[in-house]
Amino acid sequence: MTASSIVADVGVEEPQLPPKIAPTNRRKARQARALVLPALIVSLVLTQIPFIVTIVVSFTTWNQLRPEDTGFAGFDNYLTVFANGDFLSSLWATVLITGSSVILSLVIGLGFALLLDRKFLGQGIARTLMITPFLVMPAAASLIWKFLMLDVNNGIVNVALNAVGLPSVAWNTDLPPVTIIVVMTWQFTPFMMLILLAGLQSQSKEVLEAASVDGAGKMRTFQHMTLPHLRQYIEIATLLGGIMLLQMFDPIAIMTKGTGGTKTLPYLLYERAFIGLDIGQAAAFGVITVIITLAVASIALRSLFKVFVEGKVR
Amino acid sequence: MRKVRGGLLTAVTWVIVLVFFFPIGWMVFTSFKSENAAASIPPTIFTPLSLDNYAAVFDRGMGAYLTNSLTASLTSTVIVLLLAIPCAYGLSVRPIKKVTDVLFFFISTRFLPVAASIIPVYFILLALGLLDNITAISWLYVAINLPIAIWMMRSFFTEVPLEIIEAAQIDGATLRTELIRVVLPIVIPGVAAVALICFIFSWNEYFLATILTTDTARTVPPFLASFVDGRGQFLAVLSAASVVAVLPVVAAGWLAQKQLVRGLAMGAVK
Amino acid sequence: MLGYKRAVGVGALLTAAAFVLTGCAGAGGGGDDGDVTLTLATVSNPQMKDMEELKDAFEKQNPGINVNFVQMEEGDLRAAVTADVASKAGQYDIVTVGAYEVPQWGELGWLKDLTPDLKSDADYDVDDLLEPVRTAISVDGKQYAVPFYGESSITMYNKEMFDAAGLTMPNNPTWQQIAEFAKQLDTPEHAGICLRGKPGWGDLFAPLTTVVQTFGGTWYDEDWNAKVNAPEFKEAVNFYVDLLAESGEPDPVSNSFTECLNLLSSGKVAMWYDASVAASILEDPESSEVAGKMGYAHAPVVKTKESGWLWSWNLAIPETTKNYDEALAFVKWATSKEYHQLVGEELGWTRVPPGARNSTYEIPEYKKAAAAFAPITLEVMNAVDPVQPGVNPQPWVGIQYVTIPEFQDVGNQVAQQIADAIAGRTTVDQALDQGQPIAQAAGDKQK
Repeated sequence: MTASSIVADVGVEEPQLPPKIAPTNRRKARQARALVLPALIVSLVLTQIPFIVTIVVSFTTWNQLRPEDTGFAGFDNYLTVFANGDFLSSLWATVLITGSSVILSLVIGLGFALLLDRKFLGQGIARTLMITPFLVMPAAASLIWKFLMLDVNNGIVNVALNAVGLPSVAWNTDLPPVTIIVVMTWQFTPFMMLILLAGLQSQSKEVLEAASVDGAGKMRTFQHMTLPHLRQYIEIATLLGGIMLLQMFDPIAIMTKGTGGTKTLPYLLYERAFIGLDIGQAAAFGVITVIITLAVASIALRSLFKVFVEGKVR
Repeated sequence: MRKVRGGLLTAVTWVIVLVFFFPIGWMVFTSFKSENAAASIPPTIFTPLSLDNYAAVFDRGMGAYLTNSLTASLTSTVIVLLLAIPCAYGLSVRPIKKVTDVLFFFISTRFLPVAASIIPVYFILLALGLLDNITAISWLYVAINLPIAIWMMRSFFTEVPLEIIEAAQIDGATLRTELIRVVLPIVIPGVAAVALICFIFSWNEYFLATILTTDTARTVPPFLASFVDGRGQFLAVLSAASVVAVLPVVAAGWLAQKQLVRGLAMGAVK
Repeated sequence: MLGYKRAVGVGALLTAAAFVLTGCAGAGGGGDDGDVTLTLATVSNPQMKDMEELKDAFEKQNPGINVNFVQMEEGDLRAAVTADVASKAGQYDIVTVGAYEVPQWGELGWLKDLTPDLKSDADYDVDDLLEPVRTAISVDGKQYAVPFYGESSITMYNKEMFDAAGLTMPNNPTWQQIAEFAKQLDTPEHAGICLRGKPGWGDLFAPLTTVVQTFGGTWYDEDWNAKVNAPEFKEAVNFYVDLLAESGEPDPVSNSFTECLNLLSSGKVAMWYDASVAASILEDPESSEVAGKMGYAHAPVVKTKESGWLWSWNLAIPETTKNYDEALAFVKWATSKEYHQLVGEELGWTRVPPGARNSTYEIPEYKKAAAAFAPITLEVMNAVDPVQPGVNPQPWVGIQYVTIPEFQDVGNQVAQQIADAIAGRTTVDQALDQGQPIAQAAGDKQK
């Protein structure tokens, strides 16, 4: 029931509006749906069919190397997920590593964005150099860091540490989560930086100038004007960056192979599917991951994001 | 005084940029070394440089892989834009009723980890006879990138000043004119940003490409990974292959970089 | 006007188009029409890269057959090939499989039994293949693959460092001797020994399992009871971990074959216990600074006579292939005496695939070029016994792995525990106590 139809039914006069913007809500609604439907249908078909198949598979016993055992398994796979001690520690590792990477890359990305948000000599080149870490294939980036940067013997980081008199760090043995966080942060800081830089540049220059004319210091301007304006951009950056970091397991597969508290959920899943060769279990792990992510995202989005909290579409 | 401060700030900025970029710079440098020099302890700086590794990379026949990657990345990006732009419009300027639900649905399609669904997907494609098929891969990339494109485009649309849209409507523009002739030119730089990000993700996508293709549809990432040698030294040639693999994206990023940043700035309109 | 119905139609059309546009499948692969194109999956090791380089020779000899190589890193190869062979997708005509997979896949009926075709070809001389290697890839007398190259494990040491310290390495050292040498040779300039510490059933557990076996331990007894936290297993792992802590290379958890190879080539470590193929790289002056300075000995022992491992990368033909005859022709060619000659003549004699054929070790040019490491490789590979490598009988054939499907998983999980022990995050006892039930669960499946 739209407002205009209620109004019409009751016989009250329609409000005086310029004729061409008269609400023709039904037509508008149809148009809007027409805009959204193609993407919705494509996404539904291409993602939900695999998801449904995955759910079905999660209820089967299916080990690739024991084909004679394939069959219905009820909730067995789900019980294994929880009986297997790995799941909780994996969850914790995921929160720790993904959370740290998101926060660090956001903060550092903001710093970089502020630095680059001005005209200076060679800014174009500087910006391009800054985004290249994000352009390199994640597996290649992990290999570079493993062999060229963090290698205990000839990695540049240790060479630099030694040059200033500090001892070499055995990165993988002593600090495995740090190793992973470093690589993930390095790769995703440019992503955060780009989005936040866009936000900074979309601030109205007049308003900023007016503030400084009024005597507001740089810090106050930043705190009370820039940050609120950036809110939408921070939300997007955190959400999208978080989603993508959540799925990344190349650094773990290449550098630590899951020891030392780095066995995040995507890597655990990868192990179940391709080393345990247990497709049913991997599917069950996947479904549980989706449920948990849905719950967390629901709460997070609906309590933090402008569009979800205030219902403000614009 | 201001100039000195500005100059200092520029210097600091450049130092930070170079430090951040260093791993890549070092990788490029390594690509010109011999394998022995690349693996040496301590790392060498003064060592004869050559293009041997690049020759080795091209000897392996990169052409087909580059073509496949280009096909998959370009087609999936174009399709994503064609779908995401109207969709995002329908979630911002011309909103449907259940905006938040639809937005949440789109992002939820990214919650399932790839490793959980890849074997089921493998079997679906096997049943359809679509294994090792670049079109199938491209469409999977569409599904993966669509949510991100929609969320980002939506952000850019919300920055478009209402006055412009209302003016267009008062002028009697149809929806198509409003979107294509009036609003789109304003957000074109934002479109460039989304296009670049989708291109990057498709270009660098590794897992699906490795499992779901064999040779006809093989893309660059699995080719890159094949340089990792379990019984030999490979750092130099891998660096060379990585440089070649990243060049197209860097070139695109270089060009789009100006658009990328200024364009996302809707404030320019004001 | 973007009509409602139109939009639905567009959406549905696009989705349907997804399944129709299969005409353009991709730019790779292919061959002339009428020709047979073989798709070959292989691991990206140097010997396989050589095989790809020389495939023109095969194609010239066999006009009408094209061979497309799909090279992959080892983990990806296992994932992709297992998915293909297990699902009978049939994308590969020839697959490169390890000695671990061949017997299992053969028994499951996934690989073609090559025995009759190999026996009937006198020129191929199937008996020339190294005996232990053949045993490891056969089940009940049926051979399911042909070995492309094989390796065992040996002790490698820097003779210069040994001479400087006044030490001599016996040909058949014991682990206690090795530990002694390592302690004396562990200086600030170079570590005493390099051992794999990277978690993985094929990484640290390859050498570690051989250590376990020569200390008298085993993964499973004859009744498939897991013996992971038995005293012998514990003793062996404690020895390994202590040796690493005392005289091993820094950051051992990062290290597998390649990392130790780099350390040795740079002269940063005095000894190394690992795959025999390392020798050919260490002796190559272009890749190593210690060419000519290395010495080689048998794998260290305690209670057994030998303790080298046994591994081969083999070429197998999946049941699903539509081009059996052509695939057979290729796998025979790539593992033939002629091929070994070809590699030596075209690419260099040190690059001939080792550990596959006895006759290779008779080739005069090979004997000369590989004089430093060929004799010991042959000696060791013919001496190891994959049926009973340890002190007691075992219910599977294989040395550094247990030939059951669950072993990848079990080995990996226990290896992760042990890596934690190497890093000092847990004790060896705790690690093995954690690993025992995991191994037992897998053992129960075999009973």
